[in-house]
Amino acid sequence: MPKRNDIKKILIIGSGPIIIGQGCEFDYSGTQACKSLKDDGYIVVLVNSNPATIMTDPDLADATYIEPITADVVEKIIIKERPDAILPTLGGQTGLNTAMELSEKRILEKYNVLMIGADYLTIKKAENREEFKEAMLKIGIDLPESKLAHTIEEAKEAVKVIGLPAIIRPSFTLGGTGGGIARTEDEFERMAVVGLKNSMTTEILVEESIIGWKEYELEVMRDKNNNVVIVCSIENFDAMGVHTGDSITVAPAQTLTDLEYQNMRDASLAIIREIGVETGGSNIQFAVNPKDGRMVVIEMNPRVSRSSALASKATGFPIAKFAAKLAVGFTLDEISNDITKETPACFEPAIDYCVVKIPRFTFEKFPEAEDILGITMKSVGETMAIGRTFKEALQKGLRGLEVGHSGLDNKLDYREVSDKKIKYRLSQPNASRIFYIKYALLKGYSIDYIVELTGIDLWFIDNIKQIVELEQDIIKDFKLNQLNEKLLSKGLLLRAKQFGFSDYQIAELLNTKERLVRDYRKKLNIEAVFKCVDTCAAEFEAYTPYYYSTYETEDETKRSDNKKIVILGGGPNRIGQGIEFDYCCCHASFALKEIGYETIMVNSNPETVSTDYDTSDKLYFEPLTLEDVINIIDKEKPDGVIVQFGGQTPLKLARKLADLGVPIIGTSVESIDRAENRDEFSKLIKKLKIPQPENGSVYSIEEAVKVAAGIGYPVLVRPSYVLGGRAMKIVYDKKTLIEFMDEAKDVSGNHPVLIDKFLEDAIEVDVDAVSDGNLTVIGGIMENIEEAGVHSGDSASVLPPHKLGDDILDIIRKYTFLLAKELNVKGLINIQYAVKKGFVYVLEVNPRASRTVPFVSKVTGIPLAKIAAKIMVGKTLEELGFTKEIFINHVAVKESVLPFSRFSGVDILLGPEMKSTGEVMGIDSLFGNAFYKSQIAAGQSLPLNGTVFISVKDDDKRNIVFIAKKLYDLGFKIFTTKGTYKALISNNIPSLIIGKIADGDNHILDMIKTGKINLIINTPSGKKGHSDMKPMRNLSVMQGVPCVTTIQGAQATVNGIELVKKEDYSVTPIQHYLRNLLVVKNK
Amino acid sequence: MDELIDAKIVLEDGTVFKGYSFGANGYGVGEVVFNTSMSGYQEILTDPSYKGQIVTMTYPHIGNCGVNFEDNESIKPFVNGLVVKECSRIKSNWRSKKGLSEYLKENNIIGIEGIDTRALTRHIRLQGEMRAVISTEDLDDKQLIIKAKNSLSLIGRDLVREVTLEKFFYFNEKGAYNIVVIDCGVKTNILRKLKALNCRVSVVPANTDYQKILKLNPDGILISNGPGDPSAVTYVVATAQKILGKLPIFGICFGHQILAQALGGKTYKLKFGHHGGNHPVKDLRNGKVYITSQNHGFCVDIESLNKTDIELTHINLNDNTLEGIRHKKMPIFSVQFHPESKPGPNDAEYLFEEFIEMIKSNKRRQTIKDEE
Repeated sequence: MPKRNDIKKILIIGSGPIIIGQGCEFDYSGTQACKSLKDDGYIVVLVNSNPATIMTDPDLADATYIEPITADVVEKIIIKERPDAILPTLGGQTGLNTAMELSEKRILEKYNVLMIGADYLTIKKAENREEFKEAMLKIGIDLPESKLAHTIEEAKEAVKVIGLPAIIRPSFTLGGTGGGIARTEDEFERMAVVGLKNSMTTEILVEESIIGWKEYELEVMRDKNNNVVIVCSIENFDAMGVHTGDSITVAPAQTLTDLEYQNMRDASLAIIREIGVETGGSNIQFAVNPKDGRMVVIEMNPRVSRSSALASKATGFPIAKFAAKLAVGFTLDEISNDITKETPACFEPAIDYCVVKIPRFTFEKFPEAEDILGITMKSVGETMAIGRTFKEALQKGLRGLEVGHSGLDNKLDYREVSDKKIKYRLSQPNASRIFYIKYALLKGYSIDYIVELTGIDLWFIDNIKQIVELEQDIIKDFKLNQLNEKLLSKGLLLRAKQFGFSDYQIAELLNTKERLVRDYRKKLNIEAVFKCVDTCAAEFEAYTPYYYSTYETEDETKRSDNKKIVILGGGPNRIGQGIEFDYCCCHASFALKEIGYETIMVNSNPETVSTDYDTSDKLYFEPLTLEDVINIIDKEKPDGVIVQFGGQTPLKLARKLADLGVPIIGTSVESIDRAENRDEFSKLIKKLKIPQPENGSVYSIEEAVKVAAGIGYPVLVRPSYVLGGRAMKIVYDKKTLIEFMDEAKDVSGNHPVLIDKFLEDAIEVDVDAVSDGNLTVIGGIMENIEEAGVHSGDSASVLPPHKLGDDILDIIRKYTFLLAKELNVKGLINIQYAVKKGFVYVLEVNPRASRTVPFVSKVTGIPLAKIAAKIMVGKTLEELGFTKEIFINHVAVKESVLPFSRFSGVDILLGPEMKSTGEVMGIDSLFGNAFYKSQIAAGQSLPLNGTVFISVKDDDKRNIVFIAKKLYDLGFKIFTTKGTYKALISNNIPSLIIGKIADGDNHILDMIKTGKINLIINTPSGKKGHSDMKPMRNLSVMQGVPCVTTIQGAQATVNGIELVKKEDYSVTPIQHYLRNLLVVKNK
Repeated sequence: MDELIDAKIVLEDGTVFKGYSFGANGYGVGEVVFNTSMSGYQEILTDPSYKGQIVTMTYPHIGNCGVNFEDNESIKPFVNGLVVKECSRIKSNWRSKKGLSEYLKENNIIGIEGIDTRALTRHIRLQGEMRAVISTEDLDDKQLIIKAKNSLSLIGRDLVREVTLEKFFYFNEKGAYNIVVIDCGVKTNILRKLKALNCRVSVVPANTDYQKILKLNPDGILISNGPGDPSAVTYVVATAQKILGKLPIFGICFGHQILAQALGGKTYKLKFGHHGGNHPVKDLRNGKVYITSQNHGFCVDIESLNKTDIELTHINLNDNTLEGIRHKKMPIFSVQFHPESKPGPNDAEYLFEEFIEMIKSNKRRQTIKDEE
């Protein structure tokens, strides 16, 4: 039975910005779905507000709407496009929730749009706690005891029956927002309130605590003929109580007998059939009591999820692609397995390796938040590692995390860690618990005791113990061998490699250099081999070259004679380095394939499109460390290696790779160093006579104090060689400088700390350009909406600039050309400028791909990364037909999305350290509309009327008048603090005074809680102002009230509100903007 | 670290893999096959169908859950050797009673770990299943190759006699349907499934005379799974031929091959058999696909079957080999895979119910005949 012919046009909902709990895995799934549906002849309409995605590339859908994902906006798209069907199961919880709202508002019915993949009732049955429970009881599946509550009173009644500790789970949220484990009555009450607020349906589940049980996940697919397959089983290393997204997870399940596994499998089949996900993928979570084997179902996601992406990468089975095919009526036995070609997709992958996923956290960005893990997800990315054993995969994963570990190494001396600390770190799940398990083992704790403290299965602890024992053996052997000048006995070294020890890690144990271990190892013929990920444990021949390294007897790679380029990816997502860089890597691969190169991708991030096995000609799923990368290069002997697209991760390897004779293509490593090294850079700037804020680079606190005094406060302090403004701060006085230098020095390592004069109230400008060494062409000039000092990754920015004059822009262009030429850039270059009082200062030059490349490419239609990749292999801009900057006649605003709601207690103020996890884009013919859209897309729905609270610092008192006047004229009621009141009333703008929280007046908090405030404008100054209104800002985040913290942001906000109030905005696909653009160009 | 004892597995074509010993010491000879199941090693070890074979597990971590009292598929492990990447030194499961290595040692079965099982599997896939020897004592390659070459091949060899029980016994003494199971190496779960469907289950040795079987007054006959080459077990084929048409018969795996032969079909040896828990099988009668548990090295030749009498009911979607047949006139059906699972998915359980349905309708027919 082939595909459905009753539908022709399908609307796919994307997942929007990258946020914690919803990462770039949905770009991966959405991209697969778009490609697959187009291949099957459907017209694809896509909505996704995230411009950094591959799926929003104009050629992946027939009409691509980079517009906010809300029911209102999607309705507009439906009216315009009139699709036959909507596919909501590939855009994460956002896609699902939006489709549900459209259905509830009867919009789908009105326009005759069919929901495919999973329908309304199915989704409701899976997502609504009560209905799910009922369905499970009907088919005889056990669940934890639970009760639903819709009010705080009901919640209190429920907990009386369930008992404490109890789990609170709000209905209809993503990543468990607002959920938690309550141990005391107080805790329970507080969490219940937040949970009710966070639920789309004001509903929470109070549930029996099964903390400490083993947690499992099964990825399930079903077709319309009721055929069901399990793609993969996943076992959590951490016991129940830690969100799956924050847990180390392992595939396949390790500690289930066949009887228990088949019970779980049978339950999954029964569940997907009962819930009724007819066509597509789901994931089902189970918990198993380790003491008696009691199995309960936790939840089911009736859609493609983060775990589906992981399962796809772990097995080679493309879940999202097949989910799309099933949704349009294909059956599993009609789809062929791409990897084996001969066998059908209707089977269950058999894997012959072990996969470990490790989450990456960014607690260092939020020092006020403790790194304790619970049922609300906090990680911002993940790395996956494949090894023949758990030990190997675990150690590969730990070094792939790129947080300074070379494996399960010794960052602390275990003898100096107290028992009290160890017990605390073992019993409270946290980001570095795995290392404390090691310390505990070294201290002689028994496996059983560690199991008791952590709830982690004995088998995992024993495997860690094996690593620890081998490490002890290495140290012992080394001492013995020192006499006969042998580094390590061969058998032991081989075993260490098979246990996943890196050369660097071994070198640390032997007090020697990585290079020496490597040379010694090679001399002994201990070399990495590469094995294939083939879905079938070698039972059939595999055609898809998807590899991982290990230390075994047979190597399966086949090197071709083609011209080939290796592209190094960005590793796990983190704040400052995310999907934008993966986008660039994918584009490089696509571009080089276009001109006949074989492309080889190296990356370790399972969420991404770059690790899809059909993005490049070959995929190596490996950590991005020197050792792992060089092993691949030794094997493939590529004609070139690209380091400039994957962010800091590959850039950090560039110098070492070049020293080993690896052919790095594009801008030279020397040029990269010249731009990063502050002294070299200052020389370069002086030579070109380009103004730069006064600055210096220092290695000590004493030097810093001296330099800062010379420059004059305020100063901007930052380490070199970091992305995302890590440990970057504006410092107003000597005392703070001394305090902060410690942290900055720590992050900077051997590199100097940079001190710049901070240009207050300057406008920051971001430029992306591409150069072939002779010609440089600007891709886009973006003006940041927040003032200089707010990290450009967090600031909203507008393309083209809306305030800067042509004279200024011409200076910026001139400087850009000069810098690109001087650095002999071959590829991309990103430059940040500050404009103050008509002067243009250069702040930073990055001769590499930047975070804004996908945004610029989407807005202008120029595939900058593709052009850059082709330049790197020798093409010229002339040959590529891109010789002139494009002028657009529409406006796009990029807005950042911040994770504050995840980290209670963290102030939401923006600063030089980047904190956002993702971005959205608003595009329109008018700036106000584009800004307004960007705010909706970022989840800050701006009010068109109601009450606004304004409290600004003295410097902003003059500028706020105009803004407040506008709001007043638009009919807003205004509340102010005393100082702001005075500024307004003297300009005849009436407002009502509210006391400051610092003075003991909590009135404003009550008003926000009761929903009486619709918009907040609060620009604090100095340390005092920062802490004064912090509780209010935090509350606004929790309550979802838009809070604008800069005067520029306030201006743009009012501009947007005014325009939209006058006339509702419309939606337009980017293909339309780009078509118009071509016309302009041709003129 | 624990002390590692060197061991080797040597194939008859001269391929050598070095590893470490676990389980018993000494030699183990047999045909080396690979199994792709990721769980269920205890069931595999105790499945009598593996008699004469050295099993390579493609999943690298084996033994994690130890061994328990409930999951055995027969009285003892029957494999001639076990090859793994890594055998767990601890056991982690609330039901487990023994570590895997200890269990193998007690049963005198030799294991080898530290093997590149993927390379071994690829070798078998490309070169075909072959004889091999695992040794922990003599590690001389030449001697071991000779040993492997001199070991008995599976072709033409009757292994059933080595695994079938000596005496008749009741697995379940009471039940609505009287089933006689011809034990060619039956897995216990076949018996458990019949019991669960309210059957009285008698198990008879494979060489039991058909008259003796009929004396038990059965409502249906099940010919079980078993090891080796069905062509070597002519006495069961003969028994089956005598029962054809008299009673409903259900054949599983080896039993399916026996029935096919009894119906005039032929069997042949696959290059590398089906051993795993993920094989998609399509029921051609309704188009549904079931994920099945499989364990066979021989296969029924579709061409050899008389299609006027025999309907093909199941087909393997991976390689289009025959997975099930049904007689168009007589109450007989059989499948190549394991509907009783253990290990593997329970998807095909429904076949036991079909068997009971077949018995019921046969009984009805019988009654009508008697009344006439």
